[in-house]
Amino acid sequence: MPYRLTINGETREVDADGDTPLLWALRDILGMTGTKFGCGAGLCGCCTVHVDGVATRACQTPIDSVGTAGIVTVEGVDRTDAGRRVQQAWIDLEVVQCGYCQPGQIMSAAALLAGNPEPSDAEIDEAMSGNLCRCGTYSRIRDAIRRAARLAKPAMETAQ
Amino acid sequence: MTTPAARRGHGPSRRAVLSAGIAVGGGLLVGVPLAAPVLSKDGPAGFAPNAFVRIARNGTVTLTMPYVEMGQGTYTAVPMLIAEELEVPLAAVTLEHAPADDMLYRNPIMGAQETDGSLSMRAAWEPMRRAGATARTMLVAAAAAEWRVDAAECRAAEGFVVHDRTRRRIAYGDLAERAATLPVPQQVTLKDASAFTLIGRPQKRLDSADKINGTAIFGMDVRLPGMKIAAVMASPVLGGRIASLDDREARRVTGVREIIRLDDAVAVVADHWAAAKKALDTLAVTWDDGPNAGFSTARLKGELDAASQRDGVVGDEAGDEAGAFAGAARRAEAIYRLPLLAHAAMEPLNCTVHLHGGRCDVWVGTQAASRAQAAAAAAAGLPQDLVAIHNQYLGGSFGRRAETDNIVQAVSIARRLDHPVKVVWSREEDTQHDFYRPAYHNTLRAGLDRDGRVTSWFHRVVGPSPLARWLPPAVQNGLDPDAVTSATGPYQFPNRHVDYVRHEEHAFRSGFWRGVGTTHNVFVVESFIDELAMASGTDPLEFRRRHLRDDPRLRAVLDLAAEKSGWSKPLPPGSGRGISLLQDFGGTILAQVAEVSVEDSGSLRVDRVTAVVDCGKLVNPDTVIAQIQGGVIFGLSAALYGQITFSEGRVEQGNFDSYAAVRMNEAPRVAVHLIESGAMPFGVGESGTSGIAPAVANAVYAAIGKRIRQLPITSDM
Repeated sequence: MPYRLTINGETREVDADGDTPLLWALRDILGMTGTKFGCGAGLCGCCTVHVDGVATRACQTPIDSVGTAGIVTVEGVDRTDAGRRVQQAWIDLEVVQCGYCQPGQIMSAAALLAGNPEPSDAEIDEAMSGNLCRCGTYSRIRDAIRRAARLAKPAMETAQ
Repeated sequence: MTTPAARRGHGPSRRAVLSAGIAVGGGLLVGVPLAAPVLSKDGPAGFAPNAFVRIARNGTVTLTMPYVEMGQGTYTAVPMLIAEELEVPLAAVTLEHAPADDMLYRNPIMGAQETDGSLSMRAAWEPMRRAGATARTMLVAAAAAEWRVDAAECRAAEGFVVHDRTRRRIAYGDLAERAATLPVPQQVTLKDASAFTLIGRPQKRLDSADKINGTAIFGMDVRLPGMKIAAVMASPVLGGRIASLDDREARRVTGVREIIRLDDAVAVVADHWAAAKKALDTLAVTWDDGPNAGFSTARLKGELDAASQRDGVVGDEAGDEAGAFAGAARRAEAIYRLPLLAHAAMEPLNCTVHLHGGRCDVWVGTQAASRAQAAAAAAAGLPQDLVAIHNQYLGGSFGRRAETDNIVQAVSIARRLDHPVKVVWSREEDTQHDFYRPAYHNTLRAGLDRDGRVTSWFHRVVGPSPLARWLPPAVQNGLDPDAVTSATGPYQFPNRHVDYVRHEEHAFRSGFWRGVGTTHNVFVVESFIDELAMASGTDPLEFRRRHLRDDPRLRAVLDLAAEKSGWSKPLPPGSGRGISLLQDFGGTILAQVAEVSVEDSGSLRVDRVTAVVDCGKLVNPDTVIAQIQGGVIFGLSAALYGQITFSEGRVEQGNFDSYAAVRMNEAPRVAVHLIESGAMPFGVGESGTSGIAPAVANAVYAAIGKRIRQLPITSDM
């Protein structure tokens, strides 16, 4: 029986075993390849998506566990305020290198800022240390999260 | 902000997939010989293309990229070279991945179509600017003919040819067809550096927009009609074979289509990777482990130690090292050992293959497209010209995606199928079937005179030779130049002896890893120099300064590193500062100062890194900074944690829990300071990685007096 998933505001059907990780439903069944496979064990964060706003490793999330929760992937994160600000800050500070981990980084960062508009360094570490980057873009990610937080301030909103 | 590629809805990767094999349409096609001229199949008669600039009637400027993008920023820096001379905005350039073709797209320094060795900017520097200048010259000539004026009265700017006197201008697109009919100038004038408007000024990366919204296509993301997905398990021992296979349970997994048994591996082909992997994990396989069943890290260490007793092939010699050492006022000796390392790019290896109608199409992110083509052709039993390599963005590589083993494997699987298949390795498969950075044994000895000057230097390197496999002619008389590169550092020693003992292992494959020989030798040399500084009671930075080769660039980098790092400022107990200095990758000079703190528990934290780099002429300065920052973090992962070990022929590490990498909470801030010199850019992709391990190890010594002579550092503390 197909599972009905709500992804980026749309209802999508996935006909697969219930224990199929959301990652592979997205990538191989629905063709949404923005969410990346890096480890398959919840150790690298490449597959991070939002499930009801919470940063979640899609490789560790069976499709039968999602229910009616709203899933947001990197393809839809620009529809959230925090997602847009994070993407803008990523461009402004030239975070990207190979780029493979960046969808997961962006999803973790957007979830962080959505729940915590002005995170401290320790809170950034807490939220982001599950996302590996072998190119080593960490300090730019940290700076970009700070910048994205500043972009939220009212003065910046009017300046936009 | 979005890049033009994103606005037009075709990022380079997707475009390459879609347009592969489509002949060039109308417009101006400019190729420039990088090496021996060859005739173009598509270009104007007698023209010799290699790096292609294509200007369509609609004004689109397309660059066919012979160098691949794996994070290093070449997809921005190379177009900058073209756009600078062509006089078009950088944003006007669209990129396509080049197909496999050594004749057209070879790296002129390597002689093959490769992106490696921190060579791309050096290789592209003149040919790509000449490609732009040639196109610009012909467009100006076309406009001058149109207007019946002297070409010298016309100038090119922002995608137009302008005739100032009559205030006329024509867009490049409107000139393309006429320009294509003109003779190609054999000589063109390149802009003087003082006239550069792009080169040397920070430009936004052209690939960022697609990489932050999920639309960039990596090899992993390739999708084809009718494609199935495969998971594979190769023999855990190199050279092993399947003895028996029970796949009854696997065949019952929903979505499984085929189970394919190769000699040394088994693949499950399914509708999606989760089904393939789930079925793979149910397979009952017994392996015939073969001759490497007993291999272990302890055996490797013993063999390297034994090999180090042999005399090596001399790599560098001057004066009388043995005599000077015997007569030295003070002598120092040390053994340095480096472990095997995996590449662990974030994107696990993958390859998509479709064999159809006597042809073979391969979609893969590769550093070496023509090697990939040759390997795929051999595996498919087809002539090379019937194999198309559709290159993709590389989700990291660091040397791993120069190899072709997974391409051969994917073709072998595809030969058994009548539809396209994407073969995706698990993280564990990727870690356990790598071409490892070799383990090296290093014997060092040096003599000092009463004034603390080095009078003799001996360095014996023992390890395998990936270069002998990769480029056999480069290894002459048994000497692997990569194994002994930087083996005396940027220093002048009057009496010296460097030699190399080649020792090959058959239980694993060794290959190139970011920084290649430099990464290995810089750790050894910069650590031992530090030992000598301490032995002579001299400040390590001052000690290096006294022994530098006579090169003002070296002194300038070292002096700025002292200033920017606050070298002479005291640190609290338990903290320390360490320095490293290197010169390699064509001429790049890099100094790094690491500050560490060691807690009573022994846990080590790298607090801050200050880097000063002189990589010659700067092309995209912020990319240089990013490469040093990222290279430092990559090297720090290896310095702190990186090691592959073997037991019973099997790799003991698998996922990121056992093969750890630095995470954000451990990542120091890396401050990078640039010094520009000369007229020519040198390589930066690998230098940051090469210099960090000794800087940290020396800082550990400064902090707690513990000398690190074996990596990873955490294994020697």
